[in-house]
Amino acid sequence: MKFGVLIFPGSNCEHDAYHMVSKVLHLPVEFIWHQSKDLKGCDAIVVPGGFSYGDYLRTGAIAQFSPVMEAVRKFAANGGLVIGICNGFQILLESGLLPGAMLRNKGLKYVCRHVHVRVESAETPFTGSARAASVLQIPIGHMEGNYFVDDVTLRQLEENRQVVFRYCTPNGQITDEANPNGSLANIAGICNAERNVLGMMPHPERASEAVLGCDDGLVVFQSMVHSLEPLAAHR
Amino acid sequence: MKARVFVSLKRSVLDPQGKTIHHSLQNLGYGSVEDVRQGKFFEITLDPKISSEQARVEIEKMAKSVLTNPVIEEFRYELEAGEARA
Repeated sequence: MKFGVLIFPGSNCEHDAYHMVSKVLHLPVEFIWHQSKDLKGCDAIVVPGGFSYGDYLRTGAIAQFSPVMEAVRKFAANGGLVIGICNGFQILLESGLLPGAMLRNKGLKYVCRHVHVRVESAETPFTGSARAASVLQIPIGHMEGNYFVDDVTLRQLEENRQVVFRYCTPNGQITDEANPNGSLANIAGICNAERNVLGMMPHPERASEAVLGCDDGLVVFQSMVHSLEPLAAHR
Repeated sequence: MKARVFVSLKRSVLDPQGKTIHHSLQNLGYGSVEDVRQGKFFEITLDPKISSEQARVEIEKMAKSVLTNPVIEEFRYELEAGEARA
């Protein structure tokens, strides 16, 4: 089982993700450059955080046109696991792999701190090892994390249980005060209808070792590994 | 030939920057300001040899696929013939 971590010019969280897979999960992992037309046989793809192509036009807007994203689209269409973190989430939105868009944070400030998120659905390959409704402490660091989508699509997301994480208080209440960026319905992470593509603003790779102060994020990657294990066993 | 593309957030989308600018203008004494929406402006210079029909096709295509995110933004544009075509 091999993880692939994409790199765009301006990515800056790719080494965190690489470290987490190789040194914490002890699994093979490879970097994949944005010009690559294939995913090197990887079984799961991490679209990391950062400022892809400088994010000058809109966050993630240019990255959607890179050759590697064409490969990611095909991979996702065939059921491959794709997790987009922070800027990676923004890229997945711009690519149309996930519905919605990001607006500037409601407070207009870059927010960098630990937040709490509640696991809204444990029925995804990214949360299968977590308890439903459990609260994870994971840091955020972004300027555009104010998730927006039209009413009809929001209703679909809720009905299909595609909202995977919501910002909450430390004891799991979904309140305005616990919402760091004005995100619609406190949404911190969503998956696609097929549940193999996840986007989340919090950085689980930055919270995967106790030595870093918190390892609540590790469950996201452990869940991915568990969901891939039966596949790997058949090879 | 020049094209001017104006991009703004859709009416149904909250514009926190516009709101903040609105408050600032009011605080500065511009009491007549009722609302502010802010957006982006692109001035795009095109090959003077292409027709205005071609220019429209190109501009609309790039505005829809690159310059805006249709989930949250809308655009309008105007074409201006360049100075003395060569």
